Amino acid sequence: MTTIVDKESRSVISSAVLSQGTWQKILAFASLIALMVVFSVASENFLQPDNLIGILQATAVNGVLAVAATFVIITGGIDLSVGTLMTFCAVIAGVFLTYWGMPMPVGILAAIVAGALCGSVSGTLIAKMKIPPFIATLGMMMLLKGLALVISGTRPIYFNDTPNFPMISQDSLIGAVLPFLPIPNGVLILFIVAIVSSLVLTRTAFGRYTFALGSNEEAVRLSGVNTDFWKIMVYTVSGGICGIAGLIIASRLNSAQPALGQGYELDAIAAVVIGGTSLSGGRGTILGTIIGALIISVLTNGLRILSVAQEWQTVVTGIIIILAVYADILRRRT
Amino acid sequence: MLSKRTLIGAIGIGALMGFVSPVMAQETYIPLISKGFQHQFWQAVKAGAEQAAKDYNVRITFEGPDSETMVDKQIDMLSAALAKNPKALGFAALDSQAAIPLLRKAQAAKIPVIAFDSGVDSDIPVTTASTNNLAAAALAADKMAELIGGEGDIALVVHDQTSRTGIDRRDGFVNRVKEKYPKINIVSIQYGSGDHLKSTEITKSILQANPRLKGIFGANEGSAIGVVNGAKELNRKIVIVGYDSGKQQKQAIQDGLMAGAITQNPVGIGYKTVEAAVKALKGDKLDKVIDTGFFYYDKSNITDPKIAAVLYD
Repeated sequence: MTTIVDKESRSVISSAVLSQGTWQKILAFASLIALMVVFSVASENFLQPDNLIGILQATAVNGVLAVAATFVIITGGIDLSVGTLMTFCAVIAGVFLTYWGMPMPVGILAAIVAGALCGSVSGTLIAKMKIPPFIATLGMMMLLKGLALVISGTRPIYFNDTPNFPMISQDSLIGAVLPFLPIPNGVLILFIVAIVSSLVLTRTAFGRYTFALGSNEEAVRLSGVNTDFWKIMVYTVSGGICGIAGLIIASRLNSAQPALGQGYELDAIAAVVIGGTSLSGGRGTILGTIIGALIISVLTNGLRILSVAQEWQTVVTGIIIILAVYADILRRRT
Repeated sequence: MLSKRTLIGAIGIGALMGFVSPVMAQETYIPLISKGFQHQFWQAVKAGAEQAAKDYNVRITFEGPDSETMVDKQIDMLSAALAKNPKALGFAALDSQAAIPLLRKAQAAKIPVIAFDSGVDSDIPVTTASTNNLAAAALAADKMAELIGGEGDIALVVHDQTSRTGIDRRDGFVNRVKEKYPKINIVSIQYGSGDHLKSTEITKSILQANPRLKGIFGANEGSAIGVVNGAKELNRKIVIVGYDSGKQQKQAIQDGLMAGAITQNPVGIGYKTVEAAVKALKGDKLDKVIDTGFFYYDKSNITDPKIAAVLYD
């Protein structure tokens, strides 16, 4: 008898979660479409292919960072270091490729490994040393910003000796196959990162533990799971993804800009939150995050296309973020 | 609930549409993508550009990223500006290399590019309207040397170590001191992001570490104000030479806290950029560099009409 009730209530819960997730996506997606319609009506320049590709390209870096932040935020943590970690990884790629003249794959690997290592340091600080995520990653944010400046000698590192490097972000593999769709590789990488991350989150033990950590860490620990290990793993994966973001931005700018990066964590967190991931953990989707990142880019680009004065652009962006999150709260209350 | 949601959406979209300026057909549109926006200096450049837009009957927009480190944000702005089918383009590059692919696109579309302020390191721009920062900082060094009697310890508070203006102003000052004033010793060069508070803290630590320090050069508005604040908080009398203007810096000079400062001509930079764009569209020949000039100002000439015209609050 009890088992039946249990099963029933469980299926009710899971269907509620499912419909909630579906609603979430529909709502966020509808906001994105609504924004695009408004901008298309307001300016004929908005819906031009070049501009749409520009929007996608502007989303690539923030989107990848937001995916990285999504993992951490689902565990109920926060990562303030994603922006400067991205920069640090870009600088590491610069050191390997330009200073040491290594082949391109080595530089790519170095950036991702550096990101994962830094992520594992954050994870260890949080899981083992019990430093709150906000503080641990705030420390890492500044530490990495400083290290990026130290290692680069406070100058941008250019990738002129690696002629293929701009290919990572700027060329278009899709365009080579489908000439009418010249989507830059940076965007392709974003999509690949998003799809793989989404599969990892929904189909693997790692994904289940990520959600479980955010829902009830104590219960997970008491059921015999090594929560510290999985938490460190989450920050490691997140760090590795930041490394990928570092490669995209370095490739797009054909340089590692050591002073850049601070402030990018806030854009990433905004994308995650607009996408419906809960800051208190346990709930969230990669698709939502990607839509959130697109909403930010479409909004920024659209307001520019309409020649809205820059001070008002900032005001409108702030209002939209608040509205998006409030709409999410309203929906959850019903 | 649904109606509430719809209402919110409607308000949001309505608010958005409220900001949409009517698009006029067949006008000459020239976007200016600058290195900054919030700083008073950039607002003065913007004012100059708007004046020229009025005089030459063109439409301009003026945009720049929140911080001078945001190279990729600036590229996104450039990309959006090009999507608006401009007739010409004003651009002050944060990193020239990063902007090259988009500038090539502008060149291919026969959109003349006018570089301004720090300029663009490429042959695509038809001209560059800017201050010679190296020469201007060297003048600051001369004034500093004169005021401290040609010998003693001095220091620099610079806004950053990666931007062109940061590097040029530092090197222009340091090189002049090394070449001409062997008895002057530069004991410290620190960077404060042009942030008033950070530069204040930096100044205080420099002053505490160097009790015999005679003077400090602040390499932009924020740095210079920080130096003034730091010296004031520690109650130390030193020679302060600043850079750029702004209400606080002008006040500090009036009050005698700051000896004097270099001013660029930001209004002129903005004006000449738009003017050059208009000339380029007409097919006029332009010089490769348009020097927008700089001045040293102090208590004695701050109200001189020639100086007052290029200072801004």
